[in-house]
Amino acid sequence: MRSSSSSPALRAWQLLLLAGLFLAWHVLAVPGIVPPIYFDDPYKAAFFFGEPLKVLGRIWNWFVGGDIYRHLWVTLLETMLAFVIGTVSGIVIGIWLALAPTASAIFDPYIKALNAMPRVILAPIFFVWFGLGIASKVALGVTLVFFIVFFNVYQGVREVSPVVLANARMLGATQKQLLRYVYLPSAMSWVFASLHNSVGLAFVGAVVGEYLGSAEGVGYLILQAEGVFDINTVFAGILVLTAFALVLDGAVTLVEKRLMVWQPRSGETERI
Amino acid sequence: MTLAPALGTSALALENITCTFVSRDDRSQRYTALRDTTLAVAPGEFVAVVGPTGCGKSTLLNIAAGLLEPSAGSVSVLGEPLAGINARAGYLFQTEALMPWRNALDNVTAGLEFRGVQRNEYLAKGNEWLRRVGLGGFGDRYPHQLSGGMRKRVSLAQTLILNPQILLMDEPFSALDVQTRQLMENELLELWSADRKSVIFITHDLEEAIALSDRVVVLSAGPEAHPLGEYRIGLPRPRDVAEVRLTPRFLELHAEIWHAMKAEVLKGYAQQLQ
Repeated sequence: MRSSSSSPALRAWQLLLLAGLFLAWHVLAVPGIVPPIYFDDPYKAAFFFGEPLKVLGRIWNWFVGGDIYRHLWVTLLETMLAFVIGTVSGIVIGIWLALAPTASAIFDPYIKALNAMPRVILAPIFFVWFGLGIASKVALGVTLVFFIVFFNVYQGVREVSPVVLANARMLGATQKQLLRYVYLPSAMSWVFASLHNSVGLAFVGAVVGEYLGSAEGVGYLILQAEGVFDINTVFAGILVLTAFALVLDGAVTLVEKRLMVWQPRSGETERI
Repeated sequence: MTLAPALGTSALALENITCTFVSRDDRSQRYTALRDTTLAVAPGEFVAVVGPTGCGKSTLLNIAAGLLEPSAGSVSVLGEPLAGINARAGYLFQTEALMPWRNALDNVTAGLEFRGVQRNEYLAKGNEWLRRVGLGGFGDRYPHQLSGGMRKRVSLAQTLILNPQILLMDEPFSALDVQTRQLMENELLELWSADRKSVIFITHDLEEAIALSDRVVVLSAGPEAHPLGEYRIGLPRPRDVAEVRLTPRFLELHAEIWHAMKAEVLKGYAQQLQ
């Protein structure tokens, strides 16, 4: 998302590619335009891959008719809650363990085990614990987000320059001030590097959770459509989710640019 | 040792310091950086410590700063034994020590902020100090946007704004080019002459040591480094570091001290090659 990718020529090429993909999809999937290549029946391609015009029409109806907003709101709320709770707890526990070597040594195997575990299998337990509402999806998202942020913060705190640290101590920083003015800002650059990953995973937690059992949310819409082989609605749900994942990612980039002004960017270093 | 001030009246006194590092993996692996080192600095005195690379100069300074505890010996500051960080000392590090996430002004004012000074008060003082080190309009620049010499000036202002009675400097200008370095040395002398803090200035550059200081202490090559001798530098002040280097007295002193140092430098160099 640097300046190079926002130049008009590049934007035009990117949009052209998108249009090309939709065109290819349309030509290959809609029955009667080209003779069937792979399937023996001209209607099978449309059955498996949907038809782009119908997919876009479905999205249009969702937003104009207003059916989607309730589901979208639920999914986004789950995502945001999972993202915020996972990030904050990752930062807090990451800083704590990085500064407490004994606790870190004790917890080390447990953290490794929890991280190695495929955490989606926790979903059934979360359903039992938190019910089929929002909470179980948030819990699933938190387990995914937490470890990414945690490991980055842990690394960030450990890699604070010892000279910067010694300097702050000589300037009279107390232990608490070191945490706030040295460890935390140093860890934040690592956290922001991980936030793009974790916002995606928060989304995964929400949608997979909905898909496994829920009464609302975009994942639920997709599940319902899949049950009646309505492939166009499935694709519509996927496109809407992708668009909103991009929006969230863009929001993270905006915040990052505001908060990380102190970091050198290429072409900008040593500007005097 | 007759040139040194009496330990009781000194601003900073290191007495019989021995510092041994033990390897964390193998307790039998030990390295004694300093042995029985005594160094005292009088109030207002500028002392330069020279020695070959790897002789424990930085270790000595870290002990004086309270960042490192000696294995044996005692440190006293203005007559009182030192416990923990030396709050009366400012420390100028050899490598980058500025907080990269704070701009120049916020870096300069960090120490005042840590002490709980009012915001408008420390901002005013910070801007004044930035002007004093010649960086008036650069308060909003982040360290990566400043040149090496500018970052050193910010570091200098960051330390001096707290008005420490003792200034510890660890080869602060070694990473700068020759011209910038002479400018910085002159500025340092000018700032120092305003209120005459006690200074320990570590360097491997004998010319820099003589040009700046009142007294030069020569350390032996490590391990087990210890002071070999000390020389009173009677050159008149104010000095210009570029001009003072050409005076006959400077050359005499240089020849005398270099004669004493040469064997140690060769020893240190040989150890590095091993």
